[in-house]
Amino acid sequence: MANVVLRNVRKTYPGGFEAIKGIDFEVGDGQFCVLVGPSGCGKSTLLRMVAGLETITSGEIDIGGRIVNQIEPAERDIAMVFQNYALYPHMTVYNNMAYGLRNRGMAKPEIETRVQEAARILEIGPMLDRKPRQLSGGQRQRVAMGRAIVRQPKVFLFDEPLSNLDAKLRIAMRVEIRKLQRRLATTAIYVTHDQLEAMTLADILVVMNGGIVEQIGNPLEIYQKPATTFVASFIGAPPMNLIPLDGAELHAQFAGDSRSETEAGILGIRPEDLSILPASETVGGFALELMVDAIERVGPETFIYGARAHRDGKPAISRKPGELPPGEVIVRVPGQIAPAIGERIVATAPRDKLHLFSADGRRRIDL
Amino acid sequence: MVEHRPWNDIIAYAILTFGVFIVAFPVYLAVIASTHDAATVVNGNMPLLPGGHALENYYRAVFVGGSRTSREPVGHMLMNSLISATGIAVGKIFISILSAYAVVYFRFPFRMTAFWIIFVTLMLPVEVRIYPTYKVMADLHMLDTYAGLILPLIASATGTLLFRQFFMTVPDELLEASRIDGAGPIRFFIDTLLPLSVTTIAALFVIQFIYGWNQYLWPLLITTQDSMQTIVTGIKKMLTTTDELAEWQLAMATAVLAMLPPIAVVVFMQRLFVRGLVETEK
Repeated sequence: MANVVLRNVRKTYPGGFEAIKGIDFEVGDGQFCVLVGPSGCGKSTLLRMVAGLETITSGEIDIGGRIVNQIEPAERDIAMVFQNYALYPHMTVYNNMAYGLRNRGMAKPEIETRVQEAARILEIGPMLDRKPRQLSGGQRQRVAMGRAIVRQPKVFLFDEPLSNLDAKLRIAMRVEIRKLQRRLATTAIYVTHDQLEAMTLADILVVMNGGIVEQIGNPLEIYQKPATTFVASFIGAPPMNLIPLDGAELHAQFAGDSRSETEAGILGIRPEDLSILPASETVGGFALELMVDAIERVGPETFIYGARAHRDGKPAISRKPGELPPGEVIVRVPGQIAPAIGERIVATAPRDKLHLFSADGRRRIDL
Repeated sequence: MVEHRPWNDIIAYAILTFGVFIVAFPVYLAVIASTHDAATVVNGNMPLLPGGHALENYYRAVFVGGSRTSREPVGHMLMNSLISATGIAVGKIFISILSAYAVVYFRFPFRMTAFWIIFVTLMLPVEVRIYPTYKVMADLHMLDTYAGLILPLIASATGTLLFRQFFMTVPDELLEASRIDGAGPIRFFIDTLLPLSVTTIAALFVIQFIYGWNQYLWPLLITTQDSMQTIVTGIKKMLTTTDELAEWQLAMATAVLAMLPPIAVVVFMQRLFVRGLVETEK
């Protein structure tokens, strides 16, 4: 049981590459913290720094009130679940779980009790005598979890533990990990690039990009009020539509609103906040005229990809990974609606569902 | 697509059988020669069927020795060969697994330089460095000792290279998991790396045992007493006669005996050996 505090943590590799550029956050006792971001954003590096597998260039990492910068991984009272599980291939499941305890000089009966208890919780009791290669992906995942549980650590560290599983198993294990963590009430830090995993697991969500934290908060809050355009386009699938607007357009859109003062900015609308009207109907609030480029019908809902007719030829302000091609807008509508390709439609959204960001996308502008 | 025609099979088998015959015939001849008496072998018309002197020849070869240049019984020479070949194989594995472990898992100054220096010695076979090596062994008073037979041959770039390649395929996460599990470098080596290397060790043992067994030049130089010579050098000495007929039937019996231990090693370690070369347990 412990909280984890990061204070201005930095990591610079010998080559001069700065992977982590000053990160501060705190994970409270028993909380589930998810680090999410695109590949190469530094989230795994940060986790490995907490584990002690990477050195800390500057700043402090504090686990349960103890600065652990100079402490060996084994002494940090953490347990880690790796992406490829990293089970010892030549040891039985039992020994895989018992190995760490034996190295700490724990008495045999105590090891036996702990391993049996973990096996019971994870329902891997019948497999204790098998070798990892005789297990399926999901079972290996459980053993990896078991190896973490038996240590009864202060903090669980998960490094994309579900990315090697198939889609169905991933959802099942995701729920299980969450239940298990609640039950054990152990602080957890979990790294993933999957925003759905991040949203569903996290008590605190840390969105990272390029070695910095873009936003920290509870997942819904981040979804509802993304602080930057990066967060807006990364959290939520399909991503938020981002439309650069100049001063005049802004003024027209937000007339009578304090946000209309802004010189230029980026307008954000979630696909699910848009609804479509036939072009002939008159519109109140915010409206976009679109030409249907493509549709995706997934059953319960339909995604309409439309090109904005009236902004053709204007340069886009920003383009980052995960963003839409400039000028394309996604609309999410109920499954029974399916406009024809090439059809002109009008997508509208209520005023209070609009998000506005500064022109560089680094700041959210609220009312 | 290849059609199945009986003629194809017959031709293929004929070619393969012919190949096997070419390789196996000299060996067969050696076995046959070791079962005849000296006169039959020497008269020039080598019989193709076994003779009646097998027991006598092998008994003399193993326990008595030849009556000419080499008077050392083969039993003793076999023991010498076994000790030095095992010593060479075990020594090579021991040294190369440790050096590969150092090169792959530790960060120290001139790490890659050290690796390349080891690697370069691949280009220097025993024959090239034979004079300095002999001098060193002589100064250390290791002539006519097992240490002298073994030590100069155990440094192995091949082994280091093989283990290095294997270690590089072991996922880093295993090392990291071990560190989190509280295993230091020695524990990680003994508990994780060594068990994973078993098949590689077996493969290397087979190769190096045969390498050690077949050493000829070095044992010839380093041993002066008959009691220290290995079987491979012994065979040669049996045939070096000045004015008498060589005892071919004994030399052939010795040759057959010399073949047996390497064959036994290959047969017993074949399964591990093949696995070591084709797959790794990860």
